[in-house]
Amino acid sequence: MIDTLLTPLEYDYMLKAIAVSGLIGGVCAFLSCFITLKGWSLMGDALSHSVVPGVAVAYAVGWPFAAGAFGTGLLAAVGMAFVKTKTRLREDAVIGVVFTAFFALGLFLISINPSSVDLRTIVFGNILGISDPDIVQVAVISAVTLAVLGLKWRDLLLFCFDANQARAIGLNVTALHYTLLTLLSATAVAALQTVGACLVVAMLVTPGATAYLLTDRFGRMIGLATAMGVGTSLVGAYASYFFDGSTGGCIVTLQSLLFGCALIFAPKHGLRAARRRRQAAALAA
Amino acid sequence: MKADEPVELQVNDVTVSYANGMVALRDASFRLTGGAICGLVGVNGSGKSTLFKAIMDFVRPVRGAVLIAGRPVRAALKANLVAYVPQSEEVDWTFPVSVWDVVLMGRYGYMNFLRRPRAEDRRIAEESLTRVGMLEYRERQIGELSGGQKKRVFLARALAQRSRVILLDEPFTGVDVTTATTIIELLRELRAAGHLMLVSTHNLGSVPEFCDQVVLINRTVLAAGPTEEVFTEANLARAFGGVLRHFRFDESTVQKHDGKAVTLLTDDERPLVFGKDGHLEYSRRAGHEQVVEQRAEAEDDQ
Repeated sequence: MIDTLLTPLEYDYMLKAIAVSGLIGGVCAFLSCFITLKGWSLMGDALSHSVVPGVAVAYAVGWPFAAGAFGTGLLAAVGMAFVKTKTRLREDAVIGVVFTAFFALGLFLISINPSSVDLRTIVFGNILGISDPDIVQVAVISAVTLAVLGLKWRDLLLFCFDANQARAIGLNVTALHYTLLTLLSATAVAALQTVGACLVVAMLVTPGATAYLLTDRFGRMIGLATAMGVGTSLVGAYASYFFDGSTGGCIVTLQSLLFGCALIFAPKHGLRAARRRRQAAALAA
Repeated sequence: MKADEPVELQVNDVTVSYANGMVALRDASFRLTGGAICGLVGVNGSGKSTLFKAIMDFVRPVRGAVLIAGRPVRAALKANLVAYVPQSEEVDWTFPVSVWDVVLMGRYGYMNFLRRPRAEDRRIAEESLTRVGMLEYRERQIGELSGGQKKRVFLARALAQRSRVILLDEPFTGVDVTTATTIIELLRELRAAGHLMLVSTHNLGSVPEFCDQVVLINRTVLAAGPTEEVFTEANLARAFGGVLRHFRFDESTVQKHDGKAVTLLTDDERPLVFGKDGHLEYSRRAGHEQVVEQRAEAEDDQ
């Protein structure tokens, strides 16, 4: 029994996959607290799809994938801001138009040049086959993101909560806006390797959303979200060995299960708590 | 700037236009010196919030400039000279922060790169919460407070910021009587300490009660100065155009027998007027001749 449970850990590629997944899961979850509170969840989805053409081009010409991905991700963000200010379209329409344009271009580029990178790798992730240079890129992105968040989380929190106050006390709100946007693109690129373009948004939203249901304190929300992100990613990557299934799918399914539990059982903001409150109010009346 | 020097706010020929070409404010000029409580009065869309935005560097005037204590806005903000109390609608009350967190945010401008609160920051935050009577609520999540308590928390944040200029955006909307009184008392204390408060409001009745200065605006500054000089019927008619609602006693069903016992109720809309015995009065006699006659007869009988 123990032997069976330990088999995945005997393989080098499994150890790497589990470790990298845990790292990315934690970084994404940390960031997800800011993304959900700022209301940028859709933006996260958009950016994670917009990096695809960049990855395609980077692999084709032999650049680091992160550089290309990051480039088109930011290009998409700028494009969305441009279309939004110059037209009367609503934001959801702008995001929908721009990110699908980028994603479609990416699919097209990969399909006409299939030798450079596998489409499945980008769309669904392939953490089990991650190369060492890619691990280095992911590690660098994670380290930078953690450092920025760790040092400036209070400023970013104020920016998410009350941008006017941030400006009124002389903080550079534009810089904070672009810092958060850059971190979002960077982690989307890193998470691409683990879960693929389709599921990146789950890593960047679900842990934060779950933690938000569980606590009313931002510090605790970060702790809970990060713990859940790391935990589900480690367990998901490990468990996918036995199911021989998609690692990304496994991780995100676990995260969604946790969200479901929080939705029902959360002590204050869960469905059961709400029902108890209603009943108590009815009795008191 | 020295602490005992009165702070001055200068708005010099400020014109603000938005991307769609709309000019929200044209050639607005006035000058205020602390300690003062100044009402910023005008209809919705008259440029009150645009003026606030210009004072806080959210919008750049295309012409003119705002000077705070002789400095351009951006430098003044960096020096923590300006604090802002937002409207309740602007705040996300479900955000996972406590009362204490919010008040400490007022101290960010004084903290280091990491924004770690020092003992001094904690002391000032505690003192600010005590002044608005909210210290016992410090661990509450901000959504768990009443409308008046919410307002007081953001007032405490402004106090913690120790700014000489405080902007308050519609501080009396959705607020209970106790909180309104607390706010006004606090503003008076701050005025005595030399602060300059600019309070935007469309609640005309409250202005003469607590403002010593008034700026009337409608796309530009129509009049600015001491309340008794500026707050005249003629100026208000100009600021509000046809928007103001009238109740003229000489045209109404109010009669001699009502004397001075008339009760006037208003929630900032049309006033509701009751006569001496609590009977309803109408603003125009036309159509209510019968009522007038009946009440006049009753008076004769007595």
